[in-house]
Order: sequence, then C-alpha cells, then structure tokens
Amino acid sequence: MTTPRTMYEKIWNDHVVRDGGGSEPDLLYIDLHLVHEVTSPQAFESLDLSGRTVRRPDLTLATIDHGVPTEGRELGIKDPLSKKQIDTLIANCRKHNIELYDISDIRQGIVHVIGPEQGVTQPGMTIVCGDSHTSTHGAFGALAFGIGTSEVEHVLATQTLPQTRPKSMAVNVNGTLPTGVTAKDIILGIINRIGVAGGTGYVIEYRGSTIEALSMAGRMTICNMSIEGGARAGMIAPDETTFEYLKDRNYAPKGDHWNAAVNYWKSIRTDEGAEFDVEVNIDATDLTPYVSWGTNPAQTVSVTDVVPDPNEFDDPLERDAAVRSLAYMDLEAGTAITEIPIDRVFFGSCTNGRIEDLRAGAALLEGKKVKEGVHAMVVPGSGLVKLQAEEEGLDIIFKNAGFEWRDAGCSMCLGMNPDILMPGERCASTSNRNFEGRQGRNGRTHLVSPEMAVAAAVEGHFVDVREWK
Amino acid sequence: MEPISVITGQMAPLPRANVDTDAIIPKQYLKRVERSGFGPFLFYEWAYDEEGEMIPDFILNQPDYGAAEVLVSGPNFGSGSSREHAPWSIEDRGFKAIIAPSFADIFYNNCINIGLLPIVLGDEDVATLTQIADDPDNLVTIDLEDQTVATIGFEAHFQIDPFAKHRLRNGLDNIALTLEHGEAINDYEQARPAIKPTLG
Repeated sequence: MTTPRTMYEKIWNDHVVRDGGGSEPDLLYIDLHLVHEVTSPQAFESLDLSGRTVRRPDLTLATIDHGVPTEGRELGIKDPLSKKQIDTLIANCRKHNIELYDISDIRQGIVHVIGPEQGVTQPGMTIVCGDSHTSTHGAFGALAFGIGTSEVEHVLATQTLPQTRPKSMAVNVNGTLPTGVTAKDIILGIINRIGVAGGTGYVIEYRGSTIEALSMAGRMTICNMSIEGGARAGMIAPDETTFEYLKDRNYAPKGDHWNAAVNYWKSIRTDEGAEFDVEVNIDATDLTPYVSWGTNPAQTVSVTDVVPDPNEFDDPLERDAAVRSLAYMDLEAGTAITEIPIDRVFFGSCTNGRIEDLRAGAALLEGKKVKEGVHAMVVPGSGLVKLQAEEEGLDIIFKNAGFEWRDAGCSMCLGMNPDILMPGERCASTSNRNFEGRQGRNGRTHLVSPEMAVAAAVEGHFVDVREWK
Repeated sequence: MEPISVITGQMAPLPRANVDTDAIIPKQYLKRVERSGFGPFLFYEWAYDEEGEMIPDFILNQPDYGAAEVLVSGPNFGSGSSREHAPWSIEDRGFKAIIAPSFADIFYNNCINIGLLPIVLGDEDVATLTQIADDPDNLVTIDLEDQTVATIGFEAHFQIDPFAKHRLRNGLDNIALTLEHGEAINDYEQARPAIKPTLG
C-alpha cells in the first residue's frame, strides 16, 4: 500500500522534470504561464539579449490588465509610460507568437479572471504568473503561484522552474456559513487567525464542508488571498462544482479527453489519511462580516466590533504596527466600525470582480441609491464579465444606484492606472490589500466583501450587512 | 549577476514589521520597461512628502547613512506583490544585503535571483544589530562562505540554502543551469498527457 499523499504532493511529483535530490531544488514543469505588461518587459528584453527564445508560446497566455484605463479607452492611453509598457507587451507577444488578449479584445481582463473564464486553468496543473495573486488558480486544484521577473524569463526560456519544496498546511473550515457572511469573510477570518506571515513557506489546502459548499467564484476569492497570509499557493480539491464550471469552456478538454481529464482530476485529491505539516481548524459559524481597520490584511475586526487599542497587542512589533496603522488610517481606538464614514467604493479586482460578485452586489443594491457624496465604481474583472452583467441587466442596477460602470482591469486595487484615491480619501474596497499608499498616496483602504461594499455605498458608512435591508 | 564573497559596509536600520513591496516601490514607479534606475524611488512615500520634498528624518535621507550597503529591518520583509522592482530598487540604491528576522517567500526568491543577499537572523540578533546601526560608523562584515555576520561586539551565523549559496557565490545564471537539463525537459514534454490545454 502506498503512503497517502496530499494533493499538493501529487501535483508536485507529477511535474518533476529533474529531482534535485534534496541538495538542489527540484526542476518543475510549468503547464501554463500567464503574462501581463508590468512584470514581463525586462524578462523579454533579457531573453532577447541572451539570444534565447520562448520555448512554449502555446503554453503562454498574455493580457493587459494592470495599467489599462477603465474609461475612455477609445481615446487611447494617455499615460505615456503605461502606453509604452503596453505597447512593449504587444510587440513582445507578436515577436514571440504568444496569444494576447489586447485592450480591444472582449476576452481582455484581469489575468486571474481570464484563465478560469477561458477554461485554460484546470485541475492538476502548475500555473505561474508574475503576480502574487496567481494563487487564485489554486481554486481548481492547481498548484499556482506568483513569480518575479527573473523567474518569468526562466519560464519563457525553459517552461520550467527550479523550486524548493514548501511545507503543507491544511485549513479546515467546517459548518454552515451564516447568512451575509461570504467567501471574502472566510479568507479575511483565516488571515486574521494565522497572521500575514502565518503561511510563509507553506502551500495551503482549504478543506472542509464550508469550502466544499462554495461556488468556484467563492473558492477563487479564498485562494486569491492566500498570499495575504504569506502562502504563495492556496488550493482546493476539484469536485463536481469544478467540473461543472469547466465543462464546455473554451480550452476545457472535449470528447474522450473530457472523461480522461475528469478521471485524472479526481485522482489528484488528497488521499484519506494524508498528513499535513500543520492543520488549522475554523468553525464557519464563528465567522462574521469583517472590515479591515489597519494597513495589512490581518488587521481586521468584525463589523460589530470597534477599532482596537494598540495596547491590546502583546507583541511589541504588532503594537507599533497598530499605532502606525491607526495614524495612517486616521482612526481612533474604540470607534465603532459602523461609525466610520467612507468617501469611495471600489467594487472589482481579481478577488471580487467576477460575475457572481456582481450579481451578489446588484441583488442588494436594487432600488437603492449610493449616498450623496460617496463616489462608487464597479470594475468588472474581464470584458466577458462585463458583457454577461450587461446581458443580465446588472449594469442598469449599478448605474441607477449611482455607481460608475467601467471597463475591465485591475484598476483601483493597485492604482497603476488613473483610478486612484486622493490623499485622505477613505474607501470600502472589495480588493485584497490595504497597504499604505496601495490605492493612492495617503488613501485609506478598508477591505470588505462585495455585499458589505454595496451596503456601505448606500449608507455612507459601514453597516452590518446581515441586518441591513 | 555579480558573485558575492565578503560584504563589508554600513548598515541602515529600518525597524518596522511587514515592510511591504508597495512601500518599497510604490506602483507609480512600476511602469518603466527598463531593468535599472529604480533606486531613486525606493521607499518613495516614506522618503518624500506629497509635494515631492525630501523628508530629512527618513533613514535613507540622512547623509550619515548615505553609504549604507546593508539594510536591517523587521519580520516579514518584502510581503505583498511579486514585483521584482522591489529588490531592484534596493540593489540600485547600493545595497548588497538585507538582514531581517523573516522574509516573504516571493521577495526572498527574487533577491536570490538578482544577487541581493537576504539574511535571516533571530529577533534578538536583529534587534542588537539595529542598535549597533544607530551609530553609522559601525560597519558590518558579512561572509557568505562562512555564513557569518560580524560587527563590533557581535557575531552571528546564518542559514542559507546550499544551492542558493552556490549560485550567489559564483554569480550563476539560473537559466543556463536549467538548460543543462534540456534533455530531461524534452523527455518530460514527450510524456506529457494530451489532456493538458494548449493555446492558439
């Protein structure tokens, strides 16, 4: 009888091109390399300078997402640096015969939205991208992680990466999720418990009945933010929900290949009795809607709570960090979260920019208006998400309520395009990072679920969405 | 990538936890397509105010620390995005090593890949070094072969993956190393299942 193995071990072993034998890293084959304009130009340049070529353009997919404007695209890209960066990607893709979803392509969108949408993200694969939120693709039972530009070049040249084997962590979430508590709240709750570096050196597998009950969109939200807990990769076992999502998508296996693929995908699930290096158990019934109060994604509290007092933290570095965070966020300890007024709402990103997120937001928003003085925007995760939403009339609901309805991209999640917070502005954001300056210099980000963002837009301050009508 | 053997230089103390990549190099400076020239934007929003005026108190703006080559900071250094622009900007500013109690995974790998030496020391050792670095005249010596960090009244040993050390000491191009295994890659591709997706 063979030793029971985790899903991560199985996928890893299936991709070892050369075993490093412990003294060197294993050389892993990469099934899919996603490329965008910000982390690739130096990689292509160096590749060209060393006279190397792209080994597998057919396993490489590019899109434009970080720097692209989300309005007035027909007027072109005004920022000359962004334009040059985007033009460079277009030229590199043309030169190396890489498929690119250009700005005018309906399939253009955030790199972590388009992979699953096209069905090119599949269970059992290794997937990399020069972006830390590549962990998103782990929702399909893939080993997916972010890489730097040197590694982008390495994958372009060799379709492999030398990797040292991380440890494994199981995060078991069991129980029925309370109404009004979402996948976003699950992951915020997990990060609050393990800390921003709790997952460093680990691959996380999210398991348990709560996770199994989630849609693919919810699973992607959770895996997306693995990196905010320090884990390069997070994954969820593929099941009927996964297969149902993938069937008939553009790049999904067809005909006989479909059955063969499903059999393989089922075989990669963690074996009964397999051991993880660490296990964390979470009771879903304890979870509530969370709001971040500080400048890292572990600095969150329940919406019913108050801004914490830095003196409550035992660890001196955490205490100092809390003092700094409160100063940056212009918040006072003891303030009720529901009394914090907001200026902006950002609805979108690779965390919460999918059609399911937009549906959930629109369902709550129907017939309501954004509070006067609040500037709210929806940025769909891809052109196809936008189109689908428009076919369902969701755009009308958002627009009637006073939200701006934008084109697809990363937008204000990181503010590399013109969508940024002004100094001092406070934003309810469905994105993943609340770092200082992330959404704009001296902008203040509060991470929340799509439902919480919509309710805050209407009321002008945070409200407990579980009781909100 | 330049080989590393012994680094002797000034330390710059930055005693903060979770220094993230957005702080190291804010996003507005990620639009360049060049590999060099990111140094002036290092910690930009801590180093310059909203009007673009230099904040004189910030450690790297203090003339006494103008020659710093070793950054000493808090745990979970380099958390956040995968942007290699972060270590590029630190390297471009003249730093050769970073000492911290822990690093974020992607950032750590990026450092190794560009030849910027990331050194993990215990909390107390880092706290001691931070104090020693308060006097800018106290230089530190890092010996990669011996895996030691030494300065006035202080010596510590650090761990590093032997293969990463080998690469750093010899300034080896990772891609060239991998291409030595070209046959293994060919063999793997030959046996790769047909159910895996291809584009185009």
